[in-house]
Amino acid sequence: MSGPRFPVGAPVRIRRAWPPGHVRAPWYLRGRSGAICHIIGEFGNPEEMAYGRYDGPKLMLYRVRFRQVDVWPDYAGPPQDTLQVEVYENWLEAAGEEAA
Amino acid sequence: MSDSHGHSHPHGQPHPFQPDIEDSALTHHQLLQLAVGELLMEKGIFTGDEFRRTLEDIDSRNPGDGARVVARAWVDAEFKKRLLADTAAAAAELGVDAGTIPIMTVENTPQIHNAIVCTLCSCYPRLLLGLPPDWYKSRAYRSRVVREPRAVLAEFGTTIPEDTEVRVHDSTAELRYMVLPMRPEGTEGMSEDELAKLVTRDCMVGVTLPDNPSN
Repeated sequence: MSGPRFPVGAPVRIRRAWPPGHVRAPWYLRGRSGAICHIIGEFGNPEEMAYGRYDGPKLMLYRVRFRQVDVWPDYAGPPQDTLQVEVYENWLEAAGEEAA
Repeated sequence: MSDSHGHSHPHGQPHPFQPDIEDSALTHHQLLQLAVGELLMEKGIFTGDEFRRTLEDIDSRNPGDGARVVARAWVDAEFKKRLLADTAAAAAELGVDAGTIPIMTVENTPQIHNAIVCTLCSCYPRLLLGLPPDWYKSRAYRSRVVREPRAVLAEFGTTIPEDTEVRVHDSTAELRYMVLPMRPEGTEGMSEDELAKLVTRDCMVGVTLPDNPSN
């Protein structure tokens, strides 16, 4: 098993992809940038297990922190409001330093 | 009073009735669930009574267990640390079996107000808080609380100060979440049991705050 690809604090972006199947990366965050706030650990890949395939490699799961104003351009609340979401490593890519 | 029924409907027509459960057709997934359950019992994986007992156990869980955990955290700082580090282990200290799905307790502070949602379905710490309320599963709550959390909280009667961070947790994967609310002012003399009565289900989802007993 390899360790986590992203350390806590790393800027990441949710992949902009729309595959079919049992996907746990919320649609509203595709293409949005945030930062790793917590490394949870390794779990089976739900996209495989949903089809009865339990033997594949495990995936690192993170909690990612997003500033609301980065998720919703017209967010009505103050700039410090955030979302924290669990995302599997196969949905994350390194983002620029501009991310929160 | 001419209408002795206490309600009005045109006479000479069939009386309106409340539909029975069976009046709407089973969905594909309801049928699938019934079929799989019957197969597992036929194959002897579990008995009908074991199935029934499991459902009964799940249905018997209620927010009172979570409330006891919160009240203990309010009176015992060391317990609170253990709760934030490992919620199931801390709950077990109070005799509460919080199950095997990891639960993360998130603490409200003067700087941070937490609220919980599952935008994908209805993930919820059922063994600690019981079954989720219908509104928690509604599309309106799930889609709006991540988009305009302060407006949704206001509809629950909850106003969060403008300089506080509203932090919404979307439980999309392996963890379940419980909010540890702040202990209200004016509760210094209260016992742990009295404190637990202030902690409602909605406080632990983060859409409201515990009542201040002086209000």
